[in-house]
Amino acid sequence: MTPQERLTVLDVPSESSTAQNGASAESPAPVADHTRSGAARRMDVIDLNAGFGSRTIIANINLKVEPKTVTALIGPSGCGKSTLLRCLNAMHSTAKGAFANGEILLDGVDINAKGVDPVLVRRRVGMVFQRPNPFPTMSIYDNVAAGLRLTSGNRHGRHYFDEVVERALRQADLWAEVKDRLHNMGGALSGGQQQRLCIARTLAVEPEVILMDEPCSALDPISTAKIEESIHALREQYTIVIVTHNMQQAARVSQTTAFMTILEAGQPGSLVETGPTSSIFDAPTNEVTGDYVSGRFG
Amino acid sequence: MATLDSLGGGSGSLAPQLRRRHRRNRGMTYLLTLLMAGIGALLIWILSYVAIKGVKAINWGFITDTPPGNPDAAGGGFYNGIIGTFEIVGIATLIALPLGIGCAVYLNQYATGRIAGVLRLVTDVMLGIPTIVTGAFVYALWVVEFGFSGFAGALALALVMVPLIVRATEEMLRLVPGDLKEASLALGVTQSRTIVSVLLPTARAGIITGVMLAVARAMGETAPLLLTALGNDLFVETNPGQRMSTLSLQIFGSATGGFVNAQNRAWAGALLLIAIVLTLTIMARLIARKSAVRR
Repeated sequence: MTPQERLTVLDVPSESSTAQNGASAESPAPVADHTRSGAARRMDVIDLNAGFGSRTIIANINLKVEPKTVTALIGPSGCGKSTLLRCLNAMHSTAKGAFANGEILLDGVDINAKGVDPVLVRRRVGMVFQRPNPFPTMSIYDNVAAGLRLTSGNRHGRHYFDEVVERALRQADLWAEVKDRLHNMGGALSGGQQQRLCIARTLAVEPEVILMDEPCSALDPISTAKIEESIHALREQYTIVIVTHNMQQAARVSQTTAFMTILEAGQPGSLVETGPTSSIFDAPTNEVTGDYVSGRFG
Repeated sequence: MATLDSLGGGSGSLAPQLRRRHRRNRGMTYLLTLLMAGIGALLIWILSYVAIKGVKAINWGFITDTPPGNPDAAGGGFYNGIIGTFEIVGIATLIALPLGIGCAVYLNQYATGRIAGVLRLVTDVMLGIPTIVTGAFVYALWVVEFGFSGFAGALALALVMVPLIVRATEEMLRLVPGDLKEASLALGVTQSRTIVSVLLPTARAGIITGVMLAVARAMGETAPLLLTALGNDLFVETNPGQRMSTLSLQIFGSATGGFVNAQNRAWAGALLLIAIVLTLTIMARLIARKSAVRR
């Protein structure tokens, strides 16, 4: 089976006509030109190999991420889910000795192409990390405003920031809990609140795609439920890719699921199957996927 | 009872071993407490000795007058030395702070492999250089050309301070969790802005403490100043382009002169220097605590 054949045709309606190979030349929205539209974008990963030094972590990855859907990446530990995710906003290449070959298209534009600034890519493709990591020297308010302040300076008025902070905190379902103490330190919140603060911080810069790397793995079930609710609401507006170890979570929040694994010991991780979440869980076409989602392996 | 035996409370076979362990534990605790008390006592002894000796010659005139022309005369003070200390250490800090922090940021964020190794070696070597050698270095490179001056003294002190600041700052930057940097980069913030607005503020408390230690060290340095600032007890000099005195130079000069009144002034100078360093350290601690990271 070639990597191309592995790509399952997705039944999720796509807004933009499939921007794919060769579309980069006449693409209407070059990556370097950041409009704060906040519109959801599609991403296409084509024949991606990535790793560190001489070690390849993921090989021959082909993935379509549709706009306004939640795509879950599942698979056993060490199969390269996080590496793939970090390739999507060029965070992978910030590590020492990291490489990534192949194309990663954001609305048809290769984010690894020459002349594309990874800093600008990250303004459009935000990321929420596994461990809550609010800036410890900043208040709740400043944490949420940080992305805007540090990227565009203080040229916006106070009123503007107030609005942005409130909107982002409401979207992350944190506003009610912190609205009376916006100027307290972000680090004083509970773990679940900190993670929602980090989501708000990501939302405040109005990215088009949001990547989440096991956002709930350090949280209790109630906090997890709140974050899942936020994800549901955010799907209306954003393209979301979430890495999770929790298959129930993948089933609950995602419309598309991609299963990754290491097929043979010592081999890099590969993407085995992608499809609508319901069919991945109920009727996987690949035996390995079936074994994993039913709990026989991994 | 069997359960108590197994906890070591009864006369089971484990009990003697555990008792021995308890004894050793208590013994070590006493020993460490004793050592700590000894060091504390030594410190208090030194401080109180200086205080008792120094307080005799301290009066208002001590901080408003220059030393008397005749070193054997009573009265007079170290006013010019106080001015010199603050001015020279101030200039040294202005030179050393950006250099030291810049170098630490470079080491921590940008340097890779061999360059980093060489740079670390250089700072380590600089830390180990006797400060009289630093003074001789500045003498050869600067004083020979431009003459003795407060500024030359500041250069020598800056050379003493830079490696201390580099070490402290780099150590503190290393303690900043990597995920804070990633969080900032993931928001589309540039690396330079991340360093200035996220990494350095997070490490601020530790950096302030490290810088204050370097300042305190510079204030007490005498050897490099002998060959650079030289000293000037004739009048109050505020121009760093001229030779200047500092508290440390005056303490050294007065203490080694053999006149009782001069020695009393040296004790007073020592007390004043300790008080200044202590005040600065406490101030730095308060600033550091105010800006400390609460997690």
